Amino acid sequence: MFSKILMTLCLALGLGEYILAQGLLDELENEQDSVQQVADATFKGTRLINGHSVETDGEGELNFIISHRFGRINGGAYEFFGLDESNVRLALEYGLTDRLNIGIGRSSFEKVIDGFVKYRLLQQQSGAQEIPLSITAFSSMAINTLRNENPERELQFKSRVDYTYQLLMARKFSSNLSLQLMPTLVHRNLVMTADQDNNLFALGVGGRYKLTKRVALNLEYYYRLNADAEENFYYNPLAIGFDIETGGHVFQLHFTNARSMIEEGFITESTGNFFSGDIHFGFNISRVFQLK
Amino acid sequence: MKYFLITALFLSSYFFSTAEAQKYRLSSSEVSFFSDAPMEDIEAFNKDSKSIFDASTGEIAFVVPIKSFEFKKSLMQEHFNENYLESDKYPDAKFEGKLQGYEAGKTAQEVIAKGKLTIHGITHEVEVPGSVKENGSGLEMQAVFPIKVADYDIDIPKIVFYNIAEEVEVRVHFQYQPYVQ
Repeated sequence: MFSKILMTLCLALGLGEYILAQGLLDELENEQDSVQQVADATFKGTRLINGHSVETDGEGELNFIISHRFGRINGGAYEFFGLDESNVRLALEYGLTDRLNIGIGRSSFEKVIDGFVKYRLLQQQSGAQEIPLSITAFSSMAINTLRNENPERELQFKSRVDYTYQLLMARKFSSNLSLQLMPTLVHRNLVMTADQDNNLFALGVGGRYKLTKRVALNLEYYYRLNADAEENFYYNPLAIGFDIETGGHVFQLHFTNARSMIEEGFITESTGNFFSGDIHFGFNISRVFQLK
Repeated sequence: MKYFLITALFLSSYFFSTAEAQKYRLSSSEVSFFSDAPMEDIEAFNKDSKSIFDASTGEIAFVVPIKSFEFKKSLMQEHFNENYLESDKYPDAKFEGKLQGYEAGKTAQEVIAKGKLTIHGITHEVEVPGSVKENGSGLEMQAVFPIKVADYDIDIPKIVFYNIAEEVEVRVHFQYQPYVQ
């Protein structure tokens, strides 16, 4: 019994002393952290490489993106390694809210005009409420405006229109590594043959690895799940690129087997075999203006 | 047995009470900084600080979560966290020290907070002049002081678009309430 009492006493004394000895800063730090920590900057830009990332432009941000894809590198010195030929896409995207973005673009490749809506459903965060993933829904429409070169066959407006639906799911694993998964559906109103499926399903994977504070290495690949005989002529789009961030600008330099810079084009109709050197050098330059 | 328990209880309450009696916690806070740069002014506000002030000893500590700084431009906020303060690695700015010249019971006084300030994982001894006022709900503390960005290894390269001044002005406004555990 006496030892029990002694123990109680020691405990009481010990505890008291412990609390006295503990610094104020330790006391603060030992408290449960109630502040929500949002995982920001999962990717540097709203584009991974060709396709979109989970990132959205903040409210009132106007993002002007100038993109180029040059000719094939294996064109050799005569073609200045592809630089003699180039196709351009100019685009504007705007953050209506931090979560809701709209955008329009125009590509010289097949004279396509595209428009998209992007909505951030979930943002990865830790703290009292844990959300393990960022999820952004993406939908776009692309209209081919090339002149009809075949006067015998009438081309209706709806035949020029394609739609893309994507779910972009990403997780920032550490401050350096982020990975993204992109289940995709491209619906084409007009396909090459009558028995070809108008819907092409694809699964994209991508990620970034930060090499330095301002330079990141990006990878992007789409596997076309139901590409049929007519589409064997095309390849799954693969791209590797670098993001260089300088504040208001993001420079993205990349190598890809795709010429088109919009989902409907690069996912369904990439003509290059990356490993035979059918590689196009290209870049996206994004400049953000704060309008609000 | 009874006596011992009472003694133990008494002793422990004695220790607890001397440790806690004159402590104050934040009821509201605002920490902001301002950078006056040639290109554009940069300003951010933070209301999520935590702090304890022990009026019996003049000891003070605070923790400011870096990610809670709110900027007008979300892109600036992203760069601030991702590139400058690296808030994933160094989530908090901290201060631990003493208010020199503090006398409990005075309604208004000028003091100097002397102690260790940690930002971006770098700790420096600092002396920050400020004021303490007693008001209806507790204590109000205010301080304005400059921080040299280079002192805390915050590297701002020449190519960045948002030029940040070499010195930013930090404003601290804390309202404390007496705190009972």
